[in-house]
Amino acid sequence: MSPSVRLQEMIRVIRSARTQGEERGVIQRECAAIRAQFRQADNGGRSHNLAKLLYVHMLGYPAHFGQMECVRLIASPRYNEKRVGYLGAMMLLDENQDASLLITNSIKNDLAHSSQYVQSLALCTLACMGSAEMCRDLAPEIDRLLRASSSYIKKKATLCAVHIVRKVPELGELFTPAARALLAEKNHGVLHGAVILITELCERNAQTLVQFREAVPELVHIMRGLVTSGYSPEHTVAGISDPFLQVRILRLLRILGRNNDTASDAMNDLLAQVATNTDSSKTAGSAVLYETVLTVMDIKSESGLRVLAVNILGRFLLNNDRNIRYISMTSLQKIVSTDHNAVQRHRGTIVDCLKDQDASVKRRALELSLALVSAINIRSMMKELLLFLSTCPPELKSHAASVTVIPLRQAGADVRDETVPNLIQLITNASQLHCYTVHKLYRALVADISQQPLVQVACWCIGEYGDSLLQGDCEETEPIQVTEDDILDALETVLQSHMSSPATRGFALTATMKLSTRITENVDRIRSIVSIYGSCMDVELQQRAVEYNALFKKYDHMRAAVLEKMPVMDRSSMGQTNGESGGGGVQELEPTKPKQPEMMVAPQPASQVGGGEGGGGHGF
Amino acid sequence: MINAILIFNNHGKPRLIRFYQYFAEELQQQIIRETFHLVSKRDDNVCNFLEGGSLIGGSDYKLIYRHYATLYFVFCVDSSESELGILDLIQVFVETLDKCFENVCELDLIFHMDKVHYILQEVVMGGMVLETNMNEIVAQVELQNRMEKSEGGLSAAPARAVSAVKNMNLPEMPRNINIGDLNIKVPSLSPF
Repeated sequence: MSPSVRLQEMIRVIRSARTQGEERGVIQRECAAIRAQFRQADNGGRSHNLAKLLYVHMLGYPAHFGQMECVRLIASPRYNEKRVGYLGAMMLLDENQDASLLITNSIKNDLAHSSQYVQSLALCTLACMGSAEMCRDLAPEIDRLLRASSSYIKKKATLCAVHIVRKVPELGELFTPAARALLAEKNHGVLHGAVILITELCERNAQTLVQFREAVPELVHIMRGLVTSGYSPEHTVAGISDPFLQVRILRLLRILGRNNDTASDAMNDLLAQVATNTDSSKTAGSAVLYETVLTVMDIKSESGLRVLAVNILGRFLLNNDRNIRYISMTSLQKIVSTDHNAVQRHRGTIVDCLKDQDASVKRRALELSLALVSAINIRSMMKELLLFLSTCPPELKSHAASVTVIPLRQAGADVRDETVPNLIQLITNASQLHCYTVHKLYRALVADISQQPLVQVACWCIGEYGDSLLQGDCEETEPIQVTEDDILDALETVLQSHMSSPATRGFALTATMKLSTRITENVDRIRSIVSIYGSCMDVELQQRAVEYNALFKKYDHMRAAVLEKMPVMDRSSMGQTNGESGGGGVQELEPTKPKQPEMMVAPQPASQVGGGEGGGGHGF
Repeated sequence: MINAILIFNNHGKPRLIRFYQYFAEELQQQIIRETFHLVSKRDDNVCNFLEGGSLIGGSDYKLIYRHYATLYFVFCVDSSESELGILDLIQVFVETLDKCFENVCELDLIFHMDKVHYILQEVVMGGMVLETNMNEIVAQVELQNRMEKSEGGLSAAPARAVSAVKNMNLPEMPRNINIGDLNIKVPSLSPF
């Protein structure tokens, strides 16, 4: 048997391979050798072989044949082999594989081992991939270890307990007394783990939450100690004493103080102290300040403190460091629903961030801007948002549909006339979003038909992209089953509603007509709708209906060509809108022939009654 | 919770991958590729937070990354972690690696992948932050390495050692050594 090649040797050989194919060959040879050696009985290089396999696994090659070897190594008495075995188990096994059940016994034995490093290996593995059964089996052991004497073990046992509680929530009650006792620890690592455990317990069980409210004074005391303590070389990061622990405690205080006056009162002074004393020039201080602000906004704090908190966020919004600007927008997003006016004050800065170079900052700014749109500021906001849409990076275009729906919903009638055609033009340009857009707009239409601009855009999109709506599935949104009848019902509702303006009705009728080429079954229904409007009182509608009727009867052979999909609209053609019927890009038409689809903008159909241009004037 | 920790170089080659949630191997590699694709497009002066990957965790997660020379350290976290805190944690992890490897460079991570995993195990466990005090982490890693070394020496080749001594050819020893006045009696040694 050849001596086992060590891990470094193999890595060197792999790295020296010059092509992907060569590397694959080398790795296959190595894997074959490893597999052969696994099959043999005891040999000195078992841990080396598994380490090599893990390296190969990281590069993406299959390594499932190492699973049983992991089990064998974990059962070995030697620390070296156990270590690699456990690492292999964490990387290759999960609760879905049968091999993972086999290690339960080994873990149980190792949890009671005399060496704390072996115990820690077992705890680590249980916390990473312990299944629900393993957790149930071993929970009493973990509870015992929570009271161990070594802080190293206690620290690991608390995080293991968190994992157990996540897998088997009922076991939370088992750990509650131990968790409470751990708050008295001095070791920061253990304290940190204890706070995480308590947070997890409180989030899952309302009674535990009530129980732990009594611990608020203790937590406040610990925080105060951290904030006022002097420099301690072990825990200080950039002048802040253990910022990680401070952030955790603040989060826990937030959960405990929510909707509870007594708890919130107990924290008020502390939060004020942290907010004013923390130095935010470095990341560590900023992290603590943000948690403080979020906690203040979430609990029942006094108004002075809330004002202070929002001011801190506002200050950070203007910070030069992009990270801090990003975080402040994330925080503002969390409080915009409760403290809307406070956030509105910073609208200008937020809208400016839409123009930032950084894509992450832009995304945050977009979401926040959408949340801030209201009836009062809709005009300026729409202008900014549309400008943003035209220049935004492709990965944010999926938000574009939200941009169209939400402000339109808010705006009501207060939207300028160019907005509708501008939006339509933008939608046609974003071709990969047609499916998503039409789904969203359909949903909005079904929910509410009172907002005219929204209804107009929705009708136009449904007419154009009705076929994608019927297909039903679309990656970015949940699929809904829409039948042809549903769509026609929606359009008919718009046509018949007294809330719809004549322009909107025009949109709806044209959309219905367009659908006659996109759908297959209900063409008769469309024909009947269109013929009804042939005697409508509104002259514009009547004219359209008569012409569409003609398309059905005399010019049926041209109907498909006339109503095919619109080409992508050119931005320049949108320039000439109101009042002009035949602006640039629109083809001149002869009045008698059926009209080709053309690019037309601001519908002011009432002004183009009859005559030659009438038909061409509204063709969409 | 931290869903994954990925370290890869400027060309996307993985140097350390650790998932705290089970993914099939194919999916793991896809995630690495997608993450590299997202992170490598970023300028150096933009913020360290990224959203937009679709494979891990759904909509509640983000990527927090730091770029050191030729390596990207990427932590995929959900909203329960403090973003700035994780940024600091990456710094702590890198400084710990620096202390353990003495001026760590990419080659150290390549050739000692298993050691890097053991160090990471002292910082993050089960997707949660375990210890943030660098000295404590380094001390524990040292102790564990010592344990490994001590075991390695004893068990390296015990069988061979025993047989080698057995086969040793000791020359015949005289029973009595007479040097003038002194008379040393050599006890008889049984063969072993």
